[in-house]
Amino acid sequence: MADLLPEHPDFLWRNPEPKSSYDAVIVGGGGHGLATAYFLAKNHGMTNIAVLEKGWLAGGNMARNTTIIRSNYLWDESAAIYEHALKLWEVLPEELEYDFLFSQRGVMNLAHTLGDVRESMRRVGANKLNGVDAEWLDPQQVKELCPILNISDNIRYPVMGATYQPRAGIAKHDHVAWAFARKCDELGVDIIQNCEVTGFVKDGNRVVGVKTNQGTINTEKVGLCAAGHSSVLAEMAGFRLPIQSHPLQALVSELHEPVHPTVVMSNHVHVYVSQAHKGELVMGAGVDSYNGYGQRGSFHVIEHQMAAAVELFPIFARAHVLRTWGGIVDTTLDASPIVGTTPVENMFVNCGWGTGGFKGTPAAGLTFAHTIATGTPHELNKPFALERFETGALIDEHGAAAVAH
Amino acid sequence: MLLISCPNCGSRDETEFHYGGQAHVAYPENPNALNDREWAEFLFYRDNTKGAFAERWLHSTGCRQWFNMLRDTVTYEIQAIYPMGTARPDAAPPAPESGTASTAPDSTTTGTAAPSIAATSIATSSAPASTTAPEGATK
Repeated sequence: MADLLPEHPDFLWRNPEPKSSYDAVIVGGGGHGLATAYFLAKNHGMTNIAVLEKGWLAGGNMARNTTIIRSNYLWDESAAIYEHALKLWEVLPEELEYDFLFSQRGVMNLAHTLGDVRESMRRVGANKLNGVDAEWLDPQQVKELCPILNISDNIRYPVMGATYQPRAGIAKHDHVAWAFARKCDELGVDIIQNCEVTGFVKDGNRVVGVKTNQGTINTEKVGLCAAGHSSVLAEMAGFRLPIQSHPLQALVSELHEPVHPTVVMSNHVHVYVSQAHKGELVMGAGVDSYNGYGQRGSFHVIEHQMAAAVELFPIFARAHVLRTWGGIVDTTLDASPIVGTTPVENMFVNCGWGTGGFKGTPAAGLTFAHTIATGTPHELNKPFALERFETGALIDEHGAAAVAH
Repeated sequence: MLLISCPNCGSRDETEFHYGGQAHVAYPENPNALNDREWAEFLFYRDNTKGAFAERWLHSTGCRQWFNMLRDTVTYEIQAIYPMGTARPDAAPPAPESGTASTAPDSTTTGTAAPSIAATSIATSSAPASTTAPEGATK
């Protein structure tokens, strides 16, 4: 007889049945939903709340991103919220009592054209004025920090320099979600998996309940944290969002000895790569051009990204792709998120983080919790209101975000 | 990679095409009459449908002509391709679930196949060049 399987390790959260009513319901049990619930409980004393997840906890984009954390955005509004997120990342392992291996190994954003160089230097200047650590590296300094990078002139788009943010880095995404989930659970938050929202109950223009495949749940407030599916939920609630959902792909190689000490991103030739703690090379590809909810994309997007990776990192030519996958990202036309109130009373939305939501997780949670609890936005998310598409006060972060957000 | 049937050039790889977003969004007849909300709707708000979605494509490295496509944004199945300026055809019927195979008397299937796979080849009459993405339709 085979030995009995070992005992399951301690569960990090309960799996409760939904109660008939809550003070607030968060739709979406990914990083942002869990962080929001955590800050609602911790900062605002709202513990009679639930997080509804249609699949399994953190199985959407939280499981599919490339885990890059940085705050070197151009505009004041973005620098403020992303830098606040980075400061939270620096204290969260202790606060959540969970070491999710936040590694501040630095992030380089390469420049390959004169336009890139000018834009990058401008961004370094803007970052410094906003208190974000940033420096400009010439090609030789790039090579010193990341010796496997090909800085020769003999490639299609030679490396002409890079911006560098030393405090940026990567973290273990699954563990981040689990850390938040465990703390939420300790604080009394109900995390309900396999609970898909199928509609909303409204009294006039005020939301008073959530219909789910596990029954109707009464609630005073609803916060939407559904990333690529935000438009679907908004339609159920009776309003529109300026969001387009696209497949975004990423891939990992098999395990290698440590060869890549930092994180390298290139918007121009389009690749971003780091090496995970375990040893895989983690690379992000581009979005598919078409709208899609299929959590998979076209292979030519992967090929394009690999071509760029091999030119920049010749030693990758012999690495094998282990796995590719896709997630659904919620893009806005100014490449900035939407965090705030909606046309429906007591319903709030956190979406539009597009290709770069992971790094924003703590700040999204903090500001969205504040917005839900008080009914008015936090200073940091005030500029990211839905109304900006009417007022024209857009926050154009395509330069700092691009797809390699 | 989608295999897209250009109305002028026939089936070509997706890489020959450019995506043009939601179809049938007309420029406002009188832009000056719009308020900020309505103008924002025109500029920034597009449908983000999960399911059959009418969208524009450009065969940019072929005939350089625009056309419309009805495509499922979950399965990526291309359900119809039709000219610019014509109305959106009805969405193709959803893939039959078990037990709901077509009972239509004019079914085009031969009748020799198992009933559970009948009716998968129905195309709307207004979809002259409908095709199917090769790797799609897993759902």
